[in-house]
Amino acid sequence: MNTLQRIGAIALCLSGLLASSFSAAQQEVTYERLLNAQDEPENWLTYNGSYDGKRYSGLTQINRNNVQNLELKWMLQNQVFGAWQSNPIVVDGVMYITQRPNDVIAMDPVTGRVFWVYKHTPAENARVCCGANNRGIAILGDKVYMGTLDARLIALDRINGKPLWNIEVGDVNLAYSITMAPLIVKDKVMVGVGGGEFGIRGYVVAYDADTGEEAWKFYTIPAPGEPGHDSWEGDDWEHGGAPVWITGSFDPALNLTYWGVGNPGPDWNPGQRPGDNLYSDSVIALDADTGELKWHFQFTPNDGYDYDSVQVPVLVDREWHGQQRKLMLWANRNGYFYVLDRESGEFLLGKPYVKVNWSSGLDDNGRPIPTPQPEGMPTWPGNQGATNWYPPAYSPRTGLFYFSAWEDYATIYRAEEQEYEPGRAFLGGGFTVLTPALGAPGVGIGRTNPVNTWTDEVGHAALMAMDPETGEAVWKYEQFDVSDGGMLTTATDLLFAGGREGHFHALDARTGELLWKASLGGQVAMAPVTFMVDGVQYVTVVSGNAMATFALRE
Amino acid sequence: MIFFRLPSGLALRTLQRARHIACLSLLITATPTIAQEVGDHQYTSEAIQAGSRVYVQQCALCHGPQGDLIDGINLRLGQFRTASSDEDLARVIAEGAAGGRMPAFSLRPDEFSGVIAYIRAGFDPDGVAVRIGDPARGKAIYDGKGDCASCHRINGAGSRTAPDLSDIGLIRTPAILQTGLTDPAATLQPIFRQVRLVTRTEETIIGRRLNEDTYSVQVLDSNEQLRSLLKADLVSYELSSTPVHQPTTLANGEVADLIGYLLSLRGLE
Repeated sequence: MNTLQRIGAIALCLSGLLASSFSAAQQEVTYERLLNAQDEPENWLTYNGSYDGKRYSGLTQINRNNVQNLELKWMLQNQVFGAWQSNPIVVDGVMYITQRPNDVIAMDPVTGRVFWVYKHTPAENARVCCGANNRGIAILGDKVYMGTLDARLIALDRINGKPLWNIEVGDVNLAYSITMAPLIVKDKVMVGVGGGEFGIRGYVVAYDADTGEEAWKFYTIPAPGEPGHDSWEGDDWEHGGAPVWITGSFDPALNLTYWGVGNPGPDWNPGQRPGDNLYSDSVIALDADTGELKWHFQFTPNDGYDYDSVQVPVLVDREWHGQQRKLMLWANRNGYFYVLDRESGEFLLGKPYVKVNWSSGLDDNGRPIPTPQPEGMPTWPGNQGATNWYPPAYSPRTGLFYFSAWEDYATIYRAEEQEYEPGRAFLGGGFTVLTPALGAPGVGIGRTNPVNTWTDEVGHAALMAMDPETGEAVWKYEQFDVSDGGMLTTATDLLFAGGREGHFHALDARTGELLWKASLGGQVAMAPVTFMVDGVQYVTVVSGNAMATFALRE
Repeated sequence: MIFFRLPSGLALRTLQRARHIACLSLLITATPTIAQEVGDHQYTSEAIQAGSRVYVQQCALCHGPQGDLIDGINLRLGQFRTASSDEDLARVIAEGAAGGRMPAFSLRPDEFSGVIAYIRAGFDPDGVAVRIGDPARGKAIYDGKGDCASCHRINGAGSRTAPDLSDIGLIRTPAILQTGLTDPAATLQPIFRQVRLVTRTEETIIGRRLNEDTYSVQVLDSNEQLRSLLKADLVSYELSSTPVHQPTTLANGEVADLIGYLLSLRGLE
């Protein structure tokens, strides 16, 4: 090193020191920050923005008076073809999003420019029923975590994107997969597995977030000798499905994590697996430290309609029928809206929010009274459900619960005996969507054609604002096509959502009045998120193969 | 550290292109010099060519002409079951391996070094074969007198300011690693040139670029923070003309050991 270089190097070190005092620091994302995520609304730290699953932001810059001044700030084009259902995480000026099949992108949320991309190539034999989706990362400390289609969990350095560990969560040869964003609680990272259409036996598993060492594992189908095992006959339980493919919620005061459990298998032949098939189509409350089951509530016993209960458990503390209560609000895929006590799992209220004919109502314990339809006759709601995985929202200001419902959508089911074969689809029959004319197109699993030829006659969306007190919608925002759109609501009583039509709209959360919309041209599925950088509030939404970010015109 | 002071816009891009070309020509013209300088880091071309004859006569029957006929081994690409350093290879050849399935070979010393040179040159008789030392000794140098972790990071340990080396053994050849140590300027990639940015608010940011476009630049700064800056917000944008680290002062054997260690870094399995 010559003298000039030496001087330069010293100057470099000095200026580096100076720079540190000016940096908008990327601090450690501690558990305390995740726990108090509502106190830093400028960031979006977890899948639902907070542990209670409300998707409610305290940001107020965008309000009902200025929302019509939103303008596009940037777009990021997905480099991979296929519907995009990933949820962005925003922390200290960095946004993390995943793209198909299992890439993590770190980017600047102000400009949309990319810092780095990490690519995991799933094993070639990875199988998923319904699209090679990934719904996002979780963050803790200096790491980000991603589950993969080949059922692995990967920890990355959140600054440089390099992998730190990569562990097997499930056997890819048996079609275990992970599509959900992980849940971080304390020092653990938790995931559930998909594969309900392939005869898996589902579970939720927690790992030491630092090392990837397994901490606990809870099977969603009880083994012989365990409580609930008698809800299965013979060896049906071994391949009974009950996947967990959507991120759970967490109540720190009760130290309980809540998870929605998916359908039993084979999907459409309940006669092949007699019994209630616990804990399929249930919500389970698991101790955050041990994974021990505290309570469960089953929405659809012996389901033959693919009514996964993989909705986000929304945890709300509020007055309910004159009493302050710890509630769980749940619009289920089976067509009923539920209010549960989340301390005990007690059923408090349940009402259909769309046409339902697979059951004639719920008994005092919330158990449905089954009314299976004769062969060849339609069942309401249909196979994609009256709602599905897309996140709902709850506003403590309006006291309303918002979600996307599918109205006038029915399916004709066909049951068949099927033998389990490892790694193969295990469906037990099939279904067709009810259409008003022979040969007319039915609603598909996603929109890949901008021309709507199926029309609203085979199903259409209603964004519902549900009053948890009554189980009745106080308003509905109807759309022509169905919608897999998640929700975002804010402290200025705005509700942001979209749907398959490719519209992204802002509604008045109190009245349902349309205040602003943008036609983005690709289906909106995952819920929008909002955040603030340098005093500017942004709203980001994924539409088709692109992610768009809006802020107020300067 | 010397920085180019760059004008903005088109001139800046032209300069970058020009420097890129200069950098390439440096690499080409520098090669013979490196060969002299590095001494026994590297095998002679005579050894490699002699080794190719030994390989064909003694090894190809089992390992195949491309060195890939035995499961888990690809001699040409440097993939071995147990060996890593040149000493390891010599031992396996001299003593046999795999419980006798590979017999012991009795070779003259020049045949040993020749066949190892041929393997290290990637089966290219005209190639360059870098001497590869002991990874354990190399790790001690990396952690100790080399002080590499003050800038580089491996499997979550060390600084992020210079590129992460966790999988460097998969993405760099021995020859490039050796040149990177002995003549860093010859292998410094444009994106890794250090930048020094001064913002309108008089913040100075030193770092390494991750991404850049006409209007913005993304940097991993000296505080290991991800920064994205609009060029319109910068009053100064300078690119370093020299690598952060100087040509190594390690002895030849130490360089070989360090390369042995770096080649053993193959990311997560």
